[in-house]
Amino acid sequence: MADLTAAPPSGASTTEAIRAQYVDLTRRKRLYGSILLIVFIAMMVAGFRTADDRNAGSFADGFTRIFDYPAEVLSEATEKAVQLPGHVMHFFPALVETLNIAAASTLIGAIFGTLFSLLATRGMALWPSLIPLFRRVMDICRAIPEIVIALVLIFLLGGGPVPAMIAIAIHTAGALGKLFSEVNENASLKPIEGLSSVGATWAQRMWLGVIPQVGPNYVSYALLRFEINIRASAILGFVGAGGIGYELKNAMSWGKGRYDEAAAIFILLFVTIVVVDQISGKLRDRLINGANQ
Amino acid sequence: MTTLDVNPGATLPCDAAALKQDMTRLFRAKKLMAFALPLIVLAYMTYVFFAFEVPGLWERASLDNARTLVSDSYSYKTHVTRDNRDASVSVAIEGERKGSYPEGEAPEWVTLGETTVIDLENGHIVRFGPETVEYDIPGYGTVRATPSRSAGVQAELPAGDVPDWISTSKNRLAIKTEAGRLTVTRNRSEVFRYFMGWELFFFTLDSPYHGLGPVALLEKAFRGEAGAIFNDFWTNKMWRHQDVAWAIGETLLMAFLGTIGAGIVALPLAFLATRNFMPIRTLRFATRRLFDFVRGVDSLIWTVVLARAFGPGPLTGALAILVTDTGTFGKIFSEALENVDEKQIEGVASTGAKPIQRYRFGVIPQVTPVLLSQLLYFLESNTRSATIIGAITGGGIGLLLTQAIITQKDWEEVAYYIVLVILMVMVMDWFSGILRRRLIQSDSGKPRRKTTKKPPLRNMPFVLP
Repeated sequence: MADLTAAPPSGASTTEAIRAQYVDLTRRKRLYGSILLIVFIAMMVAGFRTADDRNAGSFADGFTRIFDYPAEVLSEATEKAVQLPGHVMHFFPALVETLNIAAASTLIGAIFGTLFSLLATRGMALWPSLIPLFRRVMDICRAIPEIVIALVLIFLLGGGPVPAMIAIAIHTAGALGKLFSEVNENASLKPIEGLSSVGATWAQRMWLGVIPQVGPNYVSYALLRFEINIRASAILGFVGAGGIGYELKNAMSWGKGRYDEAAAIFILLFVTIVVVDQISGKLRDRLINGANQ
Repeated sequence: MTTLDVNPGATLPCDAAALKQDMTRLFRAKKLMAFALPLIVLAYMTYVFFAFEVPGLWERASLDNARTLVSDSYSYKTHVTRDNRDASVSVAIEGERKGSYPEGEAPEWVTLGETTVIDLENGHIVRFGPETVEYDIPGYGTVRATPSRSAGVQAELPAGDVPDWISTSKNRLAIKTEAGRLTVTRNRSEVFRYFMGWELFFFTLDSPYHGLGPVALLEKAFRGEAGAIFNDFWTNKMWRHQDVAWAIGETLLMAFLGTIGAGIVALPLAFLATRNFMPIRTLRFATRRLFDFVRGVDSLIWTVVLARAFGPGPLTGALAILVTDTGTFGKIFSEALENVDEKQIEGVASTGAKPIQRYRFGVIPQVTPVLLSQLLYFLESNTRSATIIGAITGGGIGLLLTQAIITQKDWEEVAYYIVLVILMVMVMDWFSGILRRRLIQSDSGKPRRKTTKKPPLRNMPFVLP
């Protein structure tokens, strides 16, 4: 290279210097990368070992037994396959209750989430000085796991669907509020200005100026939340809030002899979740497409 | 509007009429919608209202429970108990053995002796005499009660009607005032005095540091007792700070192992599920159905099944999160991989890179932002899930919380755990937000989809901002 260009030594040295610098940089980057990787792997391994130590059964033992329980359930269910449709019919009302909990809590949560998000978005808020307050309220609603509220409310109100509904609704209000306020931030403020220039109240401005803009996105997020809430309400049933989770717990704690019932519940839950996922995926698809056309 | 511009003259009125008709129809539809939608929602809520038996709820609800819960979560009570058979007097916080004062010791408002005098302040004074229990209530008078084996509890009240905060029966006298509570039965006399705050939060009564102020504690800490002070705090039998710290650690561990593990498992599988990297159709199809199956089998079912194999503990929770999220991540990652720009891979290939290098330098850098932001997002939301899963499998803070709730009396502990859980989730939220911004400076935390003209949600139904 030096021959070809016949450049003064200084030029060659700069190329060299740049090259050296580049190699140095790459090497350093690679070093940092590998150190990070090693630390990360060490964390994973240490974490795994701690978890393994503190678990009742060890990973090595349990690993071979993962399929024991499903196999038992399946074999008993196939033995009593004739009764399976009967069980499915029997547990269907419980499934409806679970779905109702999810739907009602999504609705309530969406209504409150809408209010929170409107009150927490700059340019739309009724009381601009209270925006941080509503943001914190949403954060706290989002941070509380459903199970906490559900368990406390079960103590107060007794078992049943209402505690689960309230618990999920509170969490949903926080989660949807955050997503909604992100949608709000992309909405145009011009309709609001227009409406306020003709003397519309805050409710009218929001209902006529903002909601039509953000409606499809809201509904699509609410549908996504509905999917999540079905799972949550099934889980809450397991701790005593009624619905299919409660039936599952009963069938499970009975143990052998009622595995066919457990299998029926598994099937119901699985089919419901898959079907709802599919339908809501299609609906969301259409909503977002329609909004963009 | 376009029709107006294009067709001048004669066609105009006709078009305007059509337009008007159109608009009227549109408005009618909108109006109908504006009425129908709230009506449908209202109808559904009414159905739910009755399906959930809300009207009967108030009868089933227990206001007493609510009162205990609220008052317990911010106050505590100290029991002063006299055993009427052997005349011994004991003082215990919350009536628990862990919180009892040593024999012969009492807080300054209790004077032990042959007649134990309990000062409930504001003139309320209770005296446990050898035979008789007396309670001076300002503005009412002195209530005397003599418990005895043979005759039950004989109460002497001041003249006049018995107020509703005093209840007497043959074997029992109960007085409830704003200063405290006195119960006398044949076997024992007991006074409750209520205090604000969480009792013995830092040190239990057997610790030498109990009752010291922060300044005195600091002074002692500087004199080399810091280790002992910390040890007394850490092994506090009432609040079990050590166990709680471990429980929170377990919950975070479950979330971390589950989320990262799911990411590690899902990434290679995601390649198998993409159109552009997986030419074999059946394999692609099979992988996708696998993801759907894992996602469809709810985390509840996974938790139940895995708990059977591994027993209760954090590992089970971590595995349950891992399995459930593998399905979700597989779907997200494979969608991200299908959106990868081919040009970059071509560029890397043109320098003579081997397949592994092509993936490493051509594909991975493109999908890293989506991967990382989703991983961090799930890490945050799985902290919450880990609390719930812990309550089911028995591990972490979820377990402590359910245990405390099941006892139905340690509501101050429940309140404490709830505060800790909320703080934990909020810290994780904040931390993952910071990391997301740090790691993905170029995209401000959002997956790279803006280059494609497709709308975000349609493209990736699972990606959450």
